[in-house]
Amino acid sequence: MSNHGMSVIVRTVTRFVYGLIILFGFYVIMHGHLTPGGGFQGGAVVASAFALLLVAFGSAGLKGRLNLHWLQSIEEVGALAFLALAFLGIGTAFFYNLLANSGGFLFGASVPAGANAGVLNAGGTVPLMNWAVGLKVMTGIAAVAITMLIGSKKEETE
Amino acid sequence: MRKAILFVTFLFVSAFLLLGVAEMRPFGQPAVADMDDYFITNAQGEVAVNNVVTAVVFDYRGFDTLGEATVLFAAVVGILALFRKPKEDER
Repeated sequence: MSNHGMSVIVRTVTRFVYGLIILFGFYVIMHGHLTPGGGFQGGAVVASAFALLLVAFGSAGLKGRLNLHWLQSIEEVGALAFLALAFLGIGTAFFYNLLANSGGFLFGASVPAGANAGVLNAGGTVPLMNWAVGLKVMTGIAAVAITMLIGSKKEETE
Repeated sequence: MRKAILFVTFLFVSAFLLLGVAEMRPFGQPAVADMDDYFITNAQGEVAVNNVVTAVVFDYRGFDTLGEATVLFAAVVGILALFRKPKEDER
């Protein structure tokens, strides 16, 4: 069952929808400092698209699309990037936001006070940490889903 | 006997919960709001972020997020170690 996936209806709808889910997840990560959501939530959305692919197509459908070693490597890179961004402001304090309001091109713009639509190029290390945590969460949960599917499949065949 | 004990326990727990509800403050008026007010007034100026929740999670309380990320990392590593393919000579 897990080898062949689900019915034609589910597979067709999944083929239409999974790209949009991944796009929405990246939107949530990218606008984490402006709209509700952030790295954790957007990463979970992207990982849900991978889980949908796994459920609809089975383990054969993902062969060649997602490499488990690559997923683990990206997860560790995300964790290290998060830690490095935290250490960036160690001159003042751990997790000090060095880049905010610096006026630089890297998320250094200021935000007017009060209700406004927000500035995308602002927030200092916060958007960068959103990306690091988002990459970490999406690859971590995808790796967990793939590993558990492979593990359960092996028990079936043996 | 067992039903009586269960009933008394139920009464006690209900009384405690109802007492807590009766002493609850009105919605939107917490007893101490100094920290909330500080975040709401200063997050845009200090962190330059419109989403105050993200400002708290990744800036003011960044150390807590580091622990959260560590928990996720430990969970992923644990599951990968649990389900990993055993080598031939380890069987």
